[in-house]
Amino acid sequence: MIALYFFYFFAFTAILSSFLVIFANNPVHSVLWLILTFFSVAGFFILVGAEFLALLLMIVYVGALAVLFLFVVMMLNINFAGLRSGVAQYLPFGILIGLVIFIELILAFVPWDFKEQTINNLSSPINLSEANTVALGKVVYTDYFFLFQCAGIILLIAMIGSIVLTLRSRPDVKRQNITEQIFRNPNSSIEVKDINPGEGI
Amino acid sequence: MPFFETNIGILVIVVGQCFLVLLCVLASLAFIMYGERKVWGLLQLRRGPNVVGPFGILQSFADLLKHVFKEIIVPTESDKVVFFLAPLISFVLALIAWVVVPFDNGWVVSNINIGILYLFAVSSLEVYGVIMGGWASNSKYPFLGSLRSASQMISYEVSIGFIIIGVIISAGSLNLTEIVLAQKGDYGMLNWFWVPHFPMVFFFLVSALAETNRPPFDLPEAEAELVAGYQVEYTSTPYLLFMIGELSAVLLMTALITILFFGGWLSPVPFLPDGFFWMLSKMLLFFFVFSLIKGLVPRYRYDQLMRLGWKVMLPVSLGWVVFVSFMAHFKLLNYARW
Repeated sequence: MIALYFFYFFAFTAILSSFLVIFANNPVHSVLWLILTFFSVAGFFILVGAEFLALLLMIVYVGALAVLFLFVVMMLNINFAGLRSGVAQYLPFGILIGLVIFIELILAFVPWDFKEQTINNLSSPINLSEANTVALGKVVYTDYFFLFQCAGIILLIAMIGSIVLTLRSRPDVKRQNITEQIFRNPNSSIEVKDINPGEGI
Repeated sequence: MPFFETNIGILVIVVGQCFLVLLCVLASLAFIMYGERKVWGLLQLRRGPNVVGPFGILQSFADLLKHVFKEIIVPTESDKVVFFLAPLISFVLALIAWVVVPFDNGWVVSNINIGILYLFAVSSLEVYGVIMGGWASNSKYPFLGSLRSASQMISYEVSIGFIIIGVIISAGSLNLTEIVLAQKGDYGMLNWFWVPHFPMVFFFLVSALAETNRPPFDLPEAEAELVAGYQVEYTSTPYLLFMIGELSAVLLMTALITILFFGGWLSPVPFLPDGFFWMLSKMLLFFFVFSLIKGLVPRYRYDQLMRLGWKVMLPVSLGWVVFVSFMAHFKLLNYARW
């Protein structure tokens, strides 16, 4: 019963904050609302008993990704008025895309015939006698091992790709040799001069 | 049905426990602040706070009153809501982390299965208070300070995460109580994880200093360049909330070091009983070390900080995870305690 109230609470905040992501005037506020959306979704995960995924969502999306979003949005000097003026021009196209996705979702979900125990599986999909992390690990590293590793390799390739794209050699930049800096000593780097008054070096 | 088994009764118990932990943490923060200032005073051949109360022990409360009764100044061009949200977020996040910390066997508000992940998530969210505060102030110095601080916290979180993974592999659980119990054995302190994970203790200590923006990594508040970092525009109570949040995060890091590597509430010698006393004294010992470091070590340069984080801490802690996995998989040298 309490879980139901929490479900409605999280659902309300999730929908409200995802609307505000779109309608906020300031892009930084949009990102902050997006973070609230992530929080609410993490709440859903906890409600269905997937506490490991919930905290992973918090760490990866809120703790790392959204911070990068915030960085980008804060650093870019975005012209708010210019953004607003373009809305009317792209609105019909945006509505069309939204409609297409909505109809696709309806087509995908309506013809399905759900089994009777589906609703029970949805409310408690995990065998509660086993810890959440252990259950997930046993599935991911046995049945879905290949897919799991494939996902890892795709992420690795994406990471290497982005590093290669941003890597450029800049010969005019002075580089620091840390070991050289550490092993410098006063004898080789400081020269003591005895200068008589009134004379230069 | 007895009252304390109904939903409302359980709620009352949980809220009571939360208030108890909150009260203890906040009260101990006041005295720990005093102790820290005494340590710095001794290091610099000063007396430290010695006026308010006997030996100056009430200095922190005097500071509290001073902060609360000062005028709150809000920059006119600032983003008002985010400006006041930022200190609240860092304060609340610093306090909610304590809910999973076990002070003794069973002395924990919420004994969840993924306690260590929860702590990691909370400490990775703490960066938001800093970023939002710096941005909402709408001024150059706070903004630069908050960017520095945020990138520093994100960088060192990575190595903290890998070090924690090593300990998790050894303990075989994400539950903080079970991590401590995995260190129980016949040899007292030689059974704790600081022996098998020896180099990682220092790495964790350094990462914890950087993660909580403590000296020698207090570049966000490098007052020579940035005045006071992201807190420049804050006065009075909002500033106080930032300060309490930071100090509470430091105390949390000492608790985390104690639990992960130094056996939590376990006694260092087999013939003495385990208990809350040991947890408290270990935390105080590490807090003393943190204070000493603040007084003794000069500040890092920013590029050196980033180099240390990404080119030293990250590869070594990642390599350590591989090493621990190998040792644990083949059950060598008591690395796997499951």
